[in-house]
Order: sequence, then structure tokens, then C-alpha cells
Amino acid sequence: MNFCFNASTLYVLLGDNGAGKSTLLRMLAGLTQPTSGKVELNANFTRQQVGYMGHASLLYDELTGMENLRYFAELQGMGTSHETIKKCELAMNCVGLDPGMHRNVHAYSQGMRQRLSLARAVLHSPKIVLLDEPFSNVDAVSMAQMSRHLGELRDAGCTVIVITHQVTALAHTGDEFLTMQLGRIIESRKRAQLRPTEVGL
Amino acid sequence: MSGGFYAITRANLEKDLRLEWRSKDALNAMGFFALLVVVIFAMSFDPSAEESRRIVGGIFWVAFLFAAIVALNQTWAREMRNQVLDAYRVSAAPASALFFSKVLGNFLFVGLIELLVSPLFVVFYNVRSIGPVWQLAVVFFLGTWALVANGTFFAALSLRTRNREVMLPLLLFPISIPALLAMVQATTNILSGEYSPDMWIKLLAGYDVVFTIAGLLMFEVVLNAE
Repeated sequence: MNFCFNASTLYVLLGDNGAGKSTLLRMLAGLTQPTSGKVELNANFTRQQVGYMGHASLLYDELTGMENLRYFAELQGMGTSHETIKKCELAMNCVGLDPGMHRNVHAYSQGMRQRLSLARAVLHSPKIVLLDEPFSNVDAVSMAQMSRHLGELRDAGCTVIVITHQVTALAHTGDEFLTMQLGRIIESRKRAQLRPTEVGL
Repeated sequence: MSGGFYAITRANLEKDLRLEWRSKDALNAMGFFALLVVVIFAMSFDPSAEESRRIVGGIFWVAFLFAAIVALNQTWAREMRNQVLDAYRVSAAPASALFFSKVLGNFLFVGLIELLVSPLFVVFYNVRSIGPVWQLAVVFFLGTWALVANGTFFAALSLRTRNREVMLPLLLFPISIPALLAMVQATTNILSGEYSPDMWIKLLAGYDVVFTIAGLLMFEVVLNAE
């Protein structure tokens, strides 16, 4: 595979199970090393400019949503200032969660976990956002909200790469739709080239 | 923008203490296990005060070596749940800060159980120290650090193996033998007052320094291993 992901673009990765989508995303995040070849980031990028949301929630079940975000903000070097707390609250609001909610994450629904996981991934304003199945178990309203948020990130200059089986969720936001098969990108389409069924018609 | 080593260590430690406070998984299991060992050995041997001074060091440290395994497995199991460790690996936080905070956390957990269970040793084994008690405190500190520094590293090493609960003791026990020997000998020497424990305390301190530095330096490789 030889592919270049550009800034200010929202890519949607499509493909059957086992096509290599998640492996590609993990390699881009630096979590898996390629057996051959290499993944190169723009020279100006550092690891902390990558936001990653995996299959699992990557959250602590015994902490509240805000406690999780504040912990991960500290890991990203954002400190514990009042400004950081405000950023955490804003991140929760952006995905439709109430920052004042005192429930631990284990009491969240699957959809709420997905939304909090997205908030965690983009909390530190990364330049590259990698999301693996962000819409699974998310209701239509939240899906639209999350999709809009991803569009805003793209407009702010981020490279956003999303794996999803729900192409309709990003049919109006995605810029480039890549189909993978057996570890290769076999098709690349612009938004206008989507089939009517894929845009929900 | 990257957080410093100490800031990240503090954040990790705070998070671990909060998680343990809410679940009490490690503390309950460790406390119960250590308590069982104390009671079972006391009922099995019924030693005199003189015999107690000779054997209690061995029983104490073996009990806490086994009990610490529970905490060590638990500390990384938490990070594997929901694959939270991936979020740490993607972040800018240094791997060594995660290792150091886990060692500190486990030290506090194991140390707390030692503090709570130690009076039972005095009661059940009728132990009175002939040597200076402050030296016992030094041995407890260094011995506990040796258990958790080594144990935290090897627990992380066995994290991705299929039978990590079995793998950890297999890796940890052989490499802990020098430290365990030093802990038992130093404790016995202090309790009996027959020999100086200085050599064993120095050995234990050296072991702690070597394994803590090795852990800090090598942990990034362990954390990012596939």
C-alpha cells in the first residue's frame, strides 16, 4: 500500500472485516509496527499530535467522565489548570455529554462511552485524528452530532481518518472514501461519487 | 507542551489510588491472603518465642511476596481493561513515569497491608525484637521496595502472555531470591540480635537501586512490545 493522507481532509475507511482497516489505523497511531515498509508523519508532527480512538473505549470504568478526561489531559501535558478543566468540560459538551454527571463510566451506556472516547481522543487538539468505529451503538442524534464535530475538526485543519461500516453517517461530511481489501486500498472515491444507497437515498 | 516526569507520575499515582479506593480489589485480596498465611502457620507450628525469632522473618516475607503478586497482577489488569494502555502509549507521557508511579502505588498498597498485618505476627508468634526496631523499619522499607520494583516490571513483561497470572511468579520468584534472602536474614538477625544485619541491608539497598534503575531504563521497550 502506498498512500498519502492530506491535512484538512476527512477520510472514511471502508471494507469488510479482516480487510486491515484497524491494523492500518494502529500503525498510523504508532501502536503497531509494520512488518515491512514504513509509516511517515510530516516532519512537523509529533506523537502527541495524534488522537486515537480504538475498538475498546480506552477509558477507566471506575472514574467519572470528567476524571477520565482530566487524567488524559495531564498525560498530554495540558496540566491541571482552570483552563484545562474548561477544555475538558467543552470536550464533553461537544459530544453531547454533561460534564457535571457524577456517574462512573461503568454506568454509561455503550453510546455514551463512544462519545466520551471521542472527547478523550480530540481533547488535546491533535492534528491527526484516528477513529476506529466511532459510531457503533450510537443513536442517530448522537451520530449526527459526532459527525458534525468531526467536520469541524477537519475544517480546523485536522487530518481525520474514520473507520466505519455506517457510511451514511459521514456521507455528507467525509471528503474521501477509501475501500480496503486484504490490506490494500482498492478504491478511492470523492463524496460526489458515493452511490445513492450510501448517502441514504 | 509535554508533561514532566514528576507531573505525570503524580497524575498516574493519583489515578491508581483513586481506582483502588473505589474498587479495593488489590487491598482486600492481599490482606485476606496475608492474614490466612499468618493464622495457618501459627496454628501449624505453635512455636516458642525463641523459635519464632528464627522463623518469623521467613514467614513474613514469603507471605508478603505471595500477597504482593495479587496487587501486581491487579495493577496491570486495570490498564488492560478497555485497552487503556493504548491511550497511554499514544500520548506524549514518558513510559518511565508510568513504571515509577506503579511502583510507588504498589509500594503503598503492600506497605499498608504490612502495617496492618504486622501486629498479628507479634500476637500469633509472640515475637519481641532483641535488636533495634528502627532497623526493622529500614528492612521493611527496602524489602517492600525490592518486591514491588521487580514485581511491577515483571508483571508488565508478562502482560501480553496468555497465562500472565502463572507467568508472573515464574519470572519474579527466581530473580527475587537474592532480595528475599537478604530480607529474611536481615529480619532474623535483628529479631534475634545475634548477628549484625548491616551486610544484608546493604545488599538489599544495592538490589533496590539496580532493579529500580534497570526498570526505569527498560520499561519503554516493555510497554511498546507487541
